[in-house]
Amino acid sequence: MKRIAYLLLVVFSLAAIAVAEGTLSINGAGATFPYPMYSKWFDEYHKKDANLQINYQSIGSGGGIKQVTDGTVDFGASDGPMNDEQLKAFQDKHGFPILHFPTVLGADVPTYNIPGIDAELNFTPEALAGVFLGKITKWNDPAIAGPNKGVNLPGNDIVVVHRSDGSGTTYIWTDYLSKVSDEWKTKVGKGTSVNWPVGLGGKGNEGVAGLVKQTPNAFGYVELIYAIQNKMPYGRVKNSSGAFIKADLAGVTAAASGASKDMPDDFRVSITNAPGKAAYPISSFTWLLVPSKFSDSAKRDAIKGFVKWMLADGQSQAEALSYAKLPKEVVAKELKQLGAIQ
Amino acid sequence: MATTTTTVPSAGPVAGSRSFINRLRDGDEIARLVTFLFAGSVVLITLLLVYELWHGSYLPRHKFGFAFFVTSVWDPIFDHFGALPFIYGTLVTAIVSLLIAVPLGIGAAIFLAELAPARVSDTLQFFIDLLAAVPSVIYGLLGVFIVIPLMRQYIQPALKSSLGFLPFFQGPAYGVGFLTAGLVLAIMVIPYIISVSREVLLSVPRDQRESALALGSTRWESTWKVVLPFARTGIMGSIFLALARALGETMAVTMVIGNTPTISASLFSPGYSIAAVIANEFTEATGDLYLQSLIELGLVLFLLTFLLNGLARLLIVVTSQRGSGMGQA
Amino acid sequence: MSNRLRWRKFVSHFMLTMTGLCAFVTVAVLFFILGYLVYHGGTSVNWAFFTKLPTPVGEVGGGMANAIVGSAKLLLLACLLGVPIGFFGAIYLAEFSGGTVAFVVRYAADLLNGVPSIVIGIFAYSLVVLPFKHFSTLAGGFALGLMMIPITLRSTEEFLRAVPRALREGAMALGASKWKTIASVVVPAAYRGILTAVLLAFARVAGETAPLLFTAFGNRFWSPGWEQPTASLPVMIFTYAIAPYDDWHRQAWAAGLVLLGLILVINIVARVILSRGVAVPRT
Repeated sequence: MKRIAYLLLVVFSLAAIAVAEGTLSINGAGATFPYPMYSKWFDEYHKKDANLQINYQSIGSGGGIKQVTDGTVDFGASDGPMNDEQLKAFQDKHGFPILHFPTVLGADVPTYNIPGIDAELNFTPEALAGVFLGKITKWNDPAIAGPNKGVNLPGNDIVVVHRSDGSGTTYIWTDYLSKVSDEWKTKVGKGTSVNWPVGLGGKGNEGVAGLVKQTPNAFGYVELIYAIQNKMPYGRVKNSSGAFIKADLAGVTAAASGASKDMPDDFRVSITNAPGKAAYPISSFTWLLVPSKFSDSAKRDAIKGFVKWMLADGQSQAEALSYAKLPKEVVAKELKQLGAIQ
Repeated sequence: MATTTTTVPSAGPVAGSRSFINRLRDGDEIARLVTFLFAGSVVLITLLLVYELWHGSYLPRHKFGFAFFVTSVWDPIFDHFGALPFIYGTLVTAIVSLLIAVPLGIGAAIFLAELAPARVSDTLQFFIDLLAAVPSVIYGLLGVFIVIPLMRQYIQPALKSSLGFLPFFQGPAYGVGFLTAGLVLAIMVIPYIISVSREVLLSVPRDQRESALALGSTRWESTWKVVLPFARTGIMGSIFLALARALGETMAVTMVIGNTPTISASLFSPGYSIAAVIANEFTEATGDLYLQSLIELGLVLFLLTFLLNGLARLLIVVTSQRGSGMGQA
Repeated sequence: MSNRLRWRKFVSHFMLTMTGLCAFVTVAVLFFILGYLVYHGGTSVNWAFFTKLPTPVGEVGGGMANAIVGSAKLLLLACLLGVPIGFFGAIYLAEFSGGTVAFVVRYAADLLNGVPSIVIGIFAYSLVVLPFKHFSTLAGGFALGLMMIPITLRSTEEFLRAVPRALREGAMALGASKWKTIASVVVPAAYRGILTAVLLAFARVAGETAPLLFTAFGNRFWSPGWEQPTASLPVMIFTYAIAPYDDWHRQAWAAGLVLLGLILVINIVARVILSRGVAVPRT
């Protein structure tokens, strides 16, 4: 009995060490917004190089920012760009700056689960702000019913669902609401984690999608691919030009077109409520947060290699998952920034 | 031949003239030292844990002081943190779970201790011990897929239509919320109440029961009026133990409570508990104040469970001592 | 028979039936849980579950091979930490120590036992993750090991104390020194109980999720060595259960069945070992 136990122990340790030899393991954490894309990318990249594992955990953008600042992961990911305070905190802690690398473009969609209603609903900015402020409580409220003549909305109470964790998806949503609603801006503000006036909390895009899917009369916001993969209805949103746009590649790309010409050097830009007739108003870039210096040269080279691949081959896989490709000018600029990583 | 004695050795060093090094040559002394180190490490680890919790929460303790416990705002953007919604949620779910688990648990314990023949009692106790071994995340799994739909579709509407005039049963039926979390917690703590209460009831001296029966009481009366009061303190102890377990429960609660820091009289409302908010927000708490506020919540939870566990053990010990012959006539 | 007596008898029968109902309900819940898991998990457990790695989000198929191995590694580490400290500490308490020291150690162990698992997670994070700057299997194993210590310690101490003095004295009378007595007589006599204690502690931490959330973190691939984050069964169940993907739900059920099956089997084995051996105090 004892001998078997010892044997198992030895075998295990050897196995653990054996796997350790030669496998470079890189850890990243952060946004759930691009998680379907990233998990596909890292899986493909691992197939290209079996000795390299990039382990990405989707714990929310807030988590990504925190863990990469603490140094417990090698890179982070967020759809809410780090603010000046957070950038400074990283710089103070490590002595060198952290760089933002946009990866793809995505969209936050309003998704709902109204019993008996399959139709695509139209939402005005006022309706969205009102619901999430808790002022619009029923589905057949005039603010919602108005743009949806022809749909028989029930008088049920709306069950608002939002994120319970620190989220870039929340950042995008609240950034948009702050731009279109002064009341939202002063009362709640924008951020990865806000003081929500109403609603249930779900963990990650996955959690919100799960809650909305299982709760009748629920209304939440998720990244586009989550609504598509789970066959959940999502509505059109009125953009700044007055058109109701459904989130798709064209709408998101249109929203980004203005920004790509004026892209700031640190890549931190917001494209919510972008001008343009075809622009989807709740679109956003999502970023990888990569430290500009690595003490481990193998890790540095691996990450640089991945980013380069991501900006070329990786981009061609984005559209299959309903993420929009980066504009060419942005890609060129990022390749230049890549050279800055030591 | 070294110092062989036939008495239990005392904690102090062997009295006498041998130096420490000399004594070390003695295998016994090495054994004592080595095992002492291991035992001491337990104390060390515990002290370290308390220290880390205390030290890791100094920012909010100094900034908010006692206001931390009565503020209901939890705002990471404006750096306002208050523990009230979480303390409220933790207490409410624990109380709801006890309201369900205590009657059921004591009833079952009475059955097992008083009525069931020994073999049936032991077999059933065996199964109930297995229930205690089911991990929290599995209760969470069942909670998400069975309890929540059940609550939302049947139980909550039924409660609303029959008892909706009470503030506890108002508001929309989400399925998640205080009541659901309380129900799941109840299932998790029942085994503790049953096993401890059963032991305590079994330890009540037979003559208590028999004198009651001899005076003409029915079986129920002897149980209810004589045996239970005698075992009362121990049963209280089991309730405290169950309460301590319910307070610290993380996974099952976070999967069914709704994750919203709200204070509401309605049991249908979603809420939050201390353990759940730590689990959800710890890995993403940017900023020292945020993280340390979460650690302070951990400290609060630790103190609560510590107090309850201590009380529980005290009460159980007192009852067992009473039962072994020093009790009331 | 007077009316009052009839009433009292009725109440007695009624209440006692109710208590029987309470017991029945409780046990029924257990069987319901088992049955449901067997049904849902049983239909989902397949070969792929045990052998494949997780697939990218949204893609069907894939399994939890890395989580199973990850859990095994974590539990191995937990035993390496928890069992020696619990075992040798218990020997100290039962054989060597005096009143005050024993009281302090027992008190500390009870304290540690009562700490909510999420707080243990916080502790392990501050102690093992932050200084070394990464999440790791070591950190997760450390957290779980901490939880094993008090259970192993207290139970082993009880079983050691239950060994009759006559055995000890007999050995000493034959000239054995104290440590030799312990090693060759006392411990083997308490062997069954100690094994039970270890098994029960093992089963308890096998299902723990909360401490792993910020220590072992998670991993979509195999976790090489001991210093990288690793997937584990309980965390996977949690992650998959709250997600919207049906395939993930299916896998969560399968994982739940495997995990619960393992825990229940260990519990049953432990109790059977105990009942066949020396009659000792309830753990």
